[in-house]
Amino acid sequence: MKKIAKMIIVLSVIGLVSGGVLAVVYQWAQPKIIANQIKETDAAVFKVLPGTKSYKKAVSGDLTYFNCFDKQGRKLGTAILCKGNGYQGEIRLMVGVNNDFSKFTGMIVLEQLETPGLGAKIAEQKFYGQFTGLATKPPIEYVKAVKPEKPNEIQAITGATISSRAVVEIINKSVKQWLETK
Amino acid sequence: MAGNKVKKSLFHEFIKGWWDENPVFRQLLGMCPTLAVTTSAINGLSMGLATSFVLICSSFIISLIRKLIPNQVRIASYIVVIATFVTMADLFLKGIFPDISKALGPFVPLIVVNCVILGRAELFASKNNPGRAFVDAFGMGAGFTIALLVLGAVREIFGSGTIFGFLSFEPLVIMILPAGAFITLGLLIGLMNYLKDITKAKEQPAPACLPAGRQAR
Repeated sequence: MKKIAKMIIVLSVIGLVSGGVLAVVYQWAQPKIIANQIKETDAAVFKVLPGTKSYKKAVSGDLTYFNCFDKQGRKLGTAILCKGNGYQGEIRLMVGVNNDFSKFTGMIVLEQLETPGLGAKIAEQKFYGQFTGLATKPPIEYVKAVKPEKPNEIQAITGATISSRAVVEIINKSVKQWLETK
Repeated sequence: MAGNKVKKSLFHEFIKGWWDENPVFRQLLGMCPTLAVTTSAINGLSMGLATSFVLICSSFIISLIRKLIPNQVRIASYIVVIATFVTMADLFLKGIFPDISKALGPFVPLIVVNCVILGRAELFASKNNPGRAFVDAFGMGAGFTIALLVLGAVREIFGSGTIFGFLSFEPLVIMILPAGAFITLGLLIGLMNYLKDITKAKEQPAPACLPAGRQAR
């Protein structure tokens, strides 16, 4: 009986101390983590829509987008948060469209778990840079091996067609969803 | 086992983790993070440092309270202590180094089940005083970090064709994929064994000076 009591007491005390320490660390870290997330969103929005000075977050259903404004408070366009399945896991990315919805102003990959060295190239400038200035209508298409000719075409990454296609599909789907909410 | 042996010097406890008992290359412990996160040198280094932090802190604390813990609940107690430090490391990385935290993904929380840490707690920290436990954990952590850094660097050089942005050639993609981890690890362990054989052969000519126990392994 005494043995059992000792076990329970020791484990409880270790648990209590551990919980106490973690509470302190959590209180210290939480504001920093939130600040990081905000900074990350800021950086992404400013990158996909150059010239943005302020933005307003809007949520409709599971779609999140940011209406962006320039220095004088004029609407520049919208940054849309897109997510969907890639080859190995969820891909989260952000695209910017200009105010009259004629072209994309930029794209950036926020999170991806694609194959390193292959699909992970979607996060490289060479790939995502192609979306800057791309026409929004008709929906984006990808081509393999040949140079893109139409204004709505991008070139898929060699050896990573699935990841490239996933990105294109995710963007098309989210943009369509966003157009429906407008 | 440790009881009937002569106590080894502190320096020995420190240095053994680097080479003779390197957790990755010699003991083959902690293979999961070793193989999974070493796609680049920086990932290997940060994973090694995070693990070392947890290893050093938990070994020290476990050694401090080793006489208070009843034998039956020792593993549970160790895990609570280890998990506490892992959570601290995770929150710290998320707060200060969000990029590294993202690259390592779920492998930071998984340090809890890294057998290097529980292994040192069970084999060493629970039987030695805090000073020795600290030195042992420091050595083991350093050995683990170096091993991960080497693996990450080799895979980065061959797999991505970069090391700090210098080299440039068509990379061997397989080195970045999981198979490359196994290939690199196997070759490095082979190299370690080869080097050990060479050093052993050099020691052989003068066996009379060596205590008999040296050859036991």
